[in-house]
Amino acid sequence: MARTEQGDLIVHIEGIGWWSPGVVDWSAAALLLRDGAAFPTGGNAKPAATILPPHERRRAPAPVLLACEVAAQACAMADRAAAALPCVFASMHGDLAITDELCTTLATDPLEVSPTRFHNSVHNAPAGYWTIATQCHAASSAVSAWRGSFAAGLLESAVLACVDETPVLFAAYDIAAQGALAGVIQATMPFGAALVLNAKRGPRTLATLRLHHESHAAPAAALPAAQAAFVEATPIAHSLPLFAALARANACRVQLPNGAATSLSIEVLA
Amino acid sequence: MIDSFDDATGNPAIGVDGSSPARQPARGFAQNACVIIPRPRPTHCRVPSRIVPLAITAFTATSALGRGRAAHGEALRSQRGGLRANDFTETPLACAIGRVDGLETLPLPGAFADYDCRNNRLAWLGIGADGFLDAARAAIERYGADRVALVLGTSTGSIGATEEAYRDLEDGRFPARLRNRVLHTPHSLGVFLETALGTRGPCITVATACSSSAKIFAQAERLLRVGLADAAILAGVDTLCGSVLFGFNALELVSPQACRPFDVARRGISIGEAAGFALLERDGAATAPRLLGYGESSDAHHMSTPHPAGLGARLALADAFARSGLTPGAIDYINLHGTATVKNDAVEAVLVADMFPAGARASSTKGFTGHTLGAAGILEAVLTLLAMEQGIVPGTLNSTAPDPVCGPQLALSNETRTIRAALTNSFGFGGNNCILAFGSGRTQ
Repeated sequence: MARTEQGDLIVHIEGIGWWSPGVVDWSAAALLLRDGAAFPTGGNAKPAATILPPHERRRAPAPVLLACEVAAQACAMADRAAAALPCVFASMHGDLAITDELCTTLATDPLEVSPTRFHNSVHNAPAGYWTIATQCHAASSAVSAWRGSFAAGLLESAVLACVDETPVLFAAYDIAAQGALAGVIQATMPFGAALVLNAKRGPRTLATLRLHHESHAAPAAALPAAQAAFVEATPIAHSLPLFAALARANACRVQLPNGAATSLSIEVLA
Repeated sequence: MIDSFDDATGNPAIGVDGSSPARQPARGFAQNACVIIPRPRPTHCRVPSRIVPLAITAFTATSALGRGRAAHGEALRSQRGGLRANDFTETPLACAIGRVDGLETLPLPGAFADYDCRNNRLAWLGIGADGFLDAARAAIERYGADRVALVLGTSTGSIGATEEAYRDLEDGRFPARLRNRVLHTPHSLGVFLETALGTRGPCITVATACSSSAKIFAQAERLLRVGLADAAILAGVDTLCGSVLFGFNALELVSPQACRPFDVARRGISIGEAAGFALLERDGAATAPRLLGYGESSDAHHMSTPHPAGLGARLALADAFARSGLTPGAIDYINLHGTATVKNDAVEAVLVADMFPAGARASSTKGFTGHTLGAAGILEAVLTLLAMEQGIVPGTLNSTAPDPVCGPQLALSNETRTIRAALTNSFGFGGNNCILAFGSGRTQ
């Protein structure tokens, strides 16, 4: 098991997926992250999500498109067949658009709730669509952990990779809030990112992470001022310090929020 | 071990070699049972290794049957169901529900007022039963807060609070009492319990619809095995809300009467609410029951209907056997998912009839509690542990005439039986499956 004497987990990244408005893959994101440049935060573009069959793509909810897009990118980069990978999908809010539509209908005419919208409302809708599209019969999960959704999902994925000695797909995403929910939820743009993790180092290893659970909160991340708007716009952007470190490919340590008063310390090993 | 069960044809129903034999109706099945042409078993799905059993050192549940283990044990023994005519929704909906009494007048203590909502109220009511809160706090004291994980399972969390906010919008905005953002996220239960208990270990919510609080046992086992925690507090809580009642109604899956799992006349589910809790540790008294194994899988078939051959369920079962070292012949009792939808029960009945000897006993307890969705996994784990403790197989309440696809394993009435090893099945939307294996503690 890839565990150090201190109880840290060591996992190797084999693939990275990224989609944010106007920045549609990891190579584009890495350029901006290396330079500390601003990310676009607006626009109506939708992820291509070509891994979904065309009829599913047309009717799939926004989080499904987003999660499937980044997951497919990470698998392609890792050159791993998605069908073989256990997968963990993390999101702080789930499908904010469907929640708005469902709650609006329930408040006015509950008998008019759409059956499709309802079955798409489950937090594991992206995991469901993904496993169907890729014919993946392995374990799939959908998790959430408030501001720590990215870190908690990453930790669970790393645990899975280490204990079952299998490569694991991890995807994190959130979309923009709409309707009355937008008044309380701080999420104004879609963003998703994905990693393929393996406990074994191999020819596909792009970077190595050493994960340590910290029983205290993370200090505020020092990020370039140009990226502040991005961090404000989507909860999964709590992961930005990790991706910036990966883009720069230099050894460093970042700390991401995890639980209410805990954090995940991640050493990016050169 | 599960690949050679088809007595009639001698064919494996899921070919280990990737073959996909057309399946003939096997002995004991009606000729009109669903014709199953399984896909090949995915050859890349690795067989997991045996795990070291974990002790379940405390557990409890609160549901329509009442608060705590005594109420649930008594209900099972006396075949007392908890379903009632729907009195929850303002818009009339003719169905039965499994409602927990009194939540409306049980606000959270003042210190936690920000988290007040039906789901967290049920969590707080439930965690106080059977001394569970004390046991959890003692574990935190014993191991240190940073060594205790908190793993939550829920499907809709506190979405009831979001629904309420939309009903009571003030100039298009949420009313002031419902502006705490945490209430409107799937991890609402997690933030509340982490704050209330003061754990500092990993804390995460699994929200995979109706398998959520079964999967938390698997996740907790991994956290202990990898050394990230010495104990895990598991909580599965889901409450009645408009989303699920009217959502399942829109899918035409809600029964107009109390649900009748596996009955020929079944017409769908009855929705319930519940809170279940378990404390997992590496060691415990010899009398404490054990988590022996688990299996998780994906159907890869459809968002809201099960794989017709139960492929995902069979893969989960194979992994549960591999992790626990059990074989079908060693299973005394199976607490079935048994939702009472036409499709779930047909697929699950064939699975049980195929996979287990005639002497194994199986039942669904959904007729007692309703389908408690994201809480069903842990509620039914608790009912299974109680069945072990009491030496009874709970009958399948409300069901009298089993579907002809059911095998002889289905228990309609209570039976007396020593249960040493048991399984619980949980299958969720998105084709998300989890099967847990439990062992009884040594009798004193």
